[in-house]
Amino acid sequence: MLFSKAYVRKTKRGSVIKVLKEHYLRDDIYCGVPGCQRCPEHTTTLSAEPRQTTAVRSPHYIVPDTNILYHQIDVMEHAAFVDVIVLQTVLEELRHRSLPVYNRVRALTAEPARRFFVFCNEHHRETFVQREPEETPNDRNDRGKPFNRRRPIRRAVEWYSAHIDSKRAVVLITDDRANRAKAKDAGITALSLRQYVESLSGFPELVDMVAAVGGDDDDDMDASAADKKFVYPEHLSPTQISAGLKSGAFHQGVLNISAHNFLEGSSMIRVNNEEVIVQIIGRENLNRGVQGDVVALQILPKSEWRSGVSTVLEEEVVEKDDLEEPTTDAATVDKTLDKALQEPATEQELKPTARIVGIIKRNWRPFCGTIDASSVHAGSTSTQMQSVFFWALDKRIPKIRIRTRQAQSLLGKRIVVAIDAWTKNSRYPAGHYVRTLGEVGDRATETEVLLLEHDVPFAPFSPLVLSFLPEEGEAWVVRDDLHLANREDFRSWDVCSIDPPGCTDIDDALHARLLPNGNYSVGVHIADVSHFVKTDNAMDLEARRRGTTVYLVDKRIDMLPGLLGTNLCSLRSNVDRLAFSCLWEITPDAEVVSTRFTKSVIRSKASLTYDEAQARLDDPKMTDSVSMSIKALNMLAKKLRARRMAAGALTLASPEVRFRMENDSQDPVDVELKELKDTNALVEEFMLLANIYVARKIYECFPECSMLRRHPKPPATNFEDLGKALEPFGVKIDASTSRTLSDSLDAAVDPNDPYFNKLVRIMTTRCMMQAVYFCSGTLAEPDFWHYGLATDIYTHFTSPIRRYADLVVHRLLAASIGYDKTYSSELTDKAKVKEMSDVLNYRNRMAQQASRSSVELYTNLFFKGKTVVEEAYVIRILKNGCSLLIPKYGVESFVYAAPVPNQPPLLALHPTMNALTGAGPDGEVVIKLFDKVRVQVTVEEAGVAAAQRSKLVLRLVEPNVPGMCPVVETSTARPLGGAATTPARTTRPAKKPKRK
Amino acid sequence: MSRELLAPEGLRVDGRRPPELRRLLTRVGLFAVADGSAYVELGNTKCLAAVYGPKEPRTQSAQLHDRAVINVEYNVASFSSGERKSRTRRDKRLLEIASVIKRTFEPVVMTATFPRSEIDIYIQILQLDGGALHAAINASCLAMIDAGIPMSDYVVACSAGFASGTALLDLNYIEESAETPALTVAMLPKSGKLTMLNMESRLHLDHFKDVLDLATEGCKSLAESLDEAVRKACKTPRPI
Ligand SMILES: [Zn+2]
Repeated sequence: MLFSKAYVRKTKRGSVIKVLKEHYLRDDIYCGVPGCQRCPEHTTTLSAEPRQTTAVRSPHYIVPDTNILYHQIDVMEHAAFVDVIVLQTVLEELRHRSLPVYNRVRALTAEPARRFFVFCNEHHRETFVQREPEETPNDRNDRGKPFNRRRPIRRAVEWYSAHIDSKRAVVLITDDRANRAKAKDAGITALSLRQYVESLSGFPELVDMVAAVGGDDDDDMDASAADKKFVYPEHLSPTQISAGLKSGAFHQGVLNISAHNFLEGSSMIRVNNEEVIVQIIGRENLNRGVQGDVVALQILPKSEWRSGVSTVLEEEVVEKDDLEEPTTDAATVDKTLDKALQEPATEQELKPTARIVGIIKRNWRPFCGTIDASSVHAGSTSTQMQSVFFWALDKRIPKIRIRTRQAQSLLGKRIVVAIDAWTKNSRYPAGHYVRTLGEVGDRATETEVLLLEHDVPFAPFSPLVLSFLPEEGEAWVVRDDLHLANREDFRSWDVCSIDPPGCTDIDDALHARLLPNGNYSVGVHIADVSHFVKTDNAMDLEARRRGTTVYLVDKRIDMLPGLLGTNLCSLRSNVDRLAFSCLWEITPDAEVVSTRFTKSVIRSKASLTYDEAQARLDDPKMTDSVSMSIKALNMLAKKLRARRMAAGALTLASPEVRFRMENDSQDPVDVELKELKDTNALVEEFMLLANIYVARKIYECFPECSMLRRHPKPPATNFEDLGKALEPFGVKIDASTSRTLSDSLDAAVDPNDPYFNKLVRIMTTRCMMQAVYFCSGTLAEPDFWHYGLATDIYTHFTSPIRRYADLVVHRLLAASIGYDKTYSSELTDKAKVKEMSDVLNYRNRMAQQASRSSVELYTNLFFKGKTVVEEAYVIRILKNGCSLLIPKYGVESFVYAAPVPNQPPLLALHPTMNALTGAGPDGEVVIKLFDKVRVQVTVEEAGVAAAQRSKLVLRLVEPNVPGMCPVVETSTARPLGGAATTPARTTRPAKKPKRK
Repeated sequence: MSRELLAPEGLRVDGRRPPELRRLLTRVGLFAVADGSAYVELGNTKCLAAVYGPKEPRTQSAQLHDRAVINVEYNVASFSSGERKSRTRRDKRLLEIASVIKRTFEPVVMTATFPRSEIDIYIQILQLDGGALHAAINASCLAMIDAGIPMSDYVVACSAGFASGTALLDLNYIEESAETPALTVAMLPKSGKLTMLNMESRLHLDHFKDVLDLATEGCKSLAESLDEAVRKACKTPRPI
């Protein structure tokens, strides 16, 4: 039954090498159609009685081609599509083109209820089609699209038509017209996806979801006539781009659109082996590049370079009146805008600019957002197809044109939209509707949006994952007969935990005990999560995928199922728990004499909050063993900390806030800044100590594959701007080592303003690099340095319940001490560890951003219906405005003057100083960096009528610059007017300047 | 991205199912000059073996007074794989494999029959597509039989690996290069004893038995084919 078909092909991988592969053809691959007369009985997911539609009268199965699955995966994922035959040819092509799409198709084929059947046509004796000599999977045609292998697909459909009985049919779905014609010649029924979807009854939304690009099908591409007037420069072909990249004429970079100006992008490129940031300014230079795309850039001549100071420009403001199809006016507005943005800088330092000549790889993802209400034709009936605009929540994404039949019902909803294409004669990208999430402003919907936007996996744990939990469930207990092997019994020790109030996932506990020799025995006990989560089972894989627990203001997205996180692993008081202990003998001078690691069983004597622990610390009368233990720990922590500070560890700051919620409605009623107590520092100190010692241990045993954490030294250029801004205050920032930086931060004090030092620390934090996980075998030892903590090696060991990296480190440590002798090969695979660190770094970044967005969401909720006047500090000067930080709420936003054609700007950059000037009622007003100003804070909501992005709006109150200051709303000013800016509701009497 | 070595449909990259061997082709007695010779083709892996001896040792010092000495020379042709790599004869890796093969045959060949003599095995890999070691052992076994050297049994070798949670028989180059843990086993098919077991990567103990069982199954099925080849070779007259 084995047939061999060996063939030769070339692949290109640096050098040309000849790859010889065997290809076996088989007779034992079956069609998957139930009740087939020609095949023996076999398992299949297809149903015996598939559906019939108006287009295809007989019951039929569907065979999509590669482009359909690639471009229209959203449609194929819709529950309406069942009884689909996926060909192996298609799957292989998909994997070459896009792994994420391939994985989505695989998820469909793995789900029996969806009835997607994979037919291995490439290995079937009768359907195998020899590749044509010039046709290899890596080949691309002149339009940069990979070949769609049509012949084998048609051959397979032909075979099916002949193979199955006459009562049922097989339909080829392809958007390639030529392919359809050829299929008709061969007697195969072939339809485009749109044709097929329109013949389906009961799924009106499906038509909306069909992507606007359908391969060669151009009948859907009727972009409006006005649109055609707008022409972007042509993108270069992949061959031209790669030639240009090789010759050095072009540079490759990832496009990053500025968060405060949709027409300003930047990209990090390598020129002569040096990393350079180039700016890409204006619609024409951006040339259809979208945030995150990998683009080919051409550096512009020096005469077009400009200063690094940027302008604030918000798309919804600029394009507000541009709701109808863009007119020729729009083009002129664009020109003026582009010109205004590109105004040659004065004597300030010039920074290179570039233009996009081609796109190397699009990085489009589905976007959450809302329909622009004013783009919906009011009078239209609900089912009429129309073009509407979509605003993505992410400000860096341009508005997207979608075609929909349900425009009216989508108003005021959060929906998901995917971009399909951006042709050169279309001003905006074209996309399609994917699904509806819920009402705008609904808290559950907004939270889901936030999680989707940050790619946080938040679905409930699957039954498969949960099946790996201990069978006993809540009733699980430490059993001496089962769990004590190779574990030390510390249950009699005075261990306690100190955490924030309301903490349910306690992953660390501590103890300290005076030894007879005058030294202290100190232990850090960490929840033994690796005991419950075994390598590579479904629960482990899910935790690895999540990477970290994500903390939002109102909820927590756990990395591990709750039973483990908040119960079995959580080191609660007065129950036996498994732990991984790190034990030291420490002298009263806080010198470590010896270190030991062991798996253990502990019984925490008390779960304290920071305040409770602080109370025990402060009360000299408390002499019970736990209190004495805390006192000893505190004494040692202070000495350890002093030593760490002397070595140059940094104390940085971030304006973190906490919301006080109203209990029943979960509405934020107050905002407070998080503050630190002695006990916080105590716990932190010992966690650092444990992490450092564990890092040394695992690195000693596994020098090639340890998962460590490093914090690179920030390049001196990061501090240039800050240094310049601080010059007038007589403060110098020296970042050459963390030691000098720490000293300069301590010296940065303004006797008149106690907040000044904090502000400098906040700004310094932003100049820092991100700390990252890495695999020890991939870097030289000096690069292991952790700049912020001033330590030569570091890792994460102390929070395995909420961080996957810690779990990996636990496994490494268990292997290092010989506890786990049968560890998996994956643990010591350098490439795997590197890959895993990259994923974890990404997940951590996303989790952080999600938390920040959540705070932002609640800040907006907090300010809803309020108008507050607050003190703010200028933390960044831009061309037409400045960025402000309000310490009281930890809020940061912009105050800026929108550019108005033919009028001098209300706020302008001072020609020589890094400051803004404006005309005040009593002469010129100058706003410098670190100036204290007063602003009015309101929230502008994304509502049903003005369906845009919800945002905080700041208006300058002091200094008074007419035109920049709050005005009493008139009825014509804004349709939504409403409570948002009613002065009567200000919480503090504000000095309201009248408009002159 | 690591390649999907086993599709959910149960097919491997070349269309085989997990417990299937590649196509086997054997020829016995190719060269007149050598005392015994054989050619084995396992899929695209092609291997030639020639046996000289038993004969007088080249150097007196190398001989043993009570038995014959087996020498193995193992070579990989520089044109055997896509990338041309010229290897010296002293390549550590080649010497190591040669020594593995030598030790595989020592307990099976009745060396005591030929004291103070030596048996030379020359192995040349002509084309490489994974499984070079077991192809070499199988070819050597046929060449030894062709040379009429008494052995207590056939020596049949086969490899098995572990990927996507399943044991895979007779790995090809793509499967081997995906860092799949691979085990090569040489077996005496009549007694079922193992004479060699070679693994150079980590494999979890839980999966070891499956992989070992599959490899020995592979050996048994190869043994039948080799036996058939020998019987056929005996019936056809040898070239002069
Ligand atoms: Zn059939």
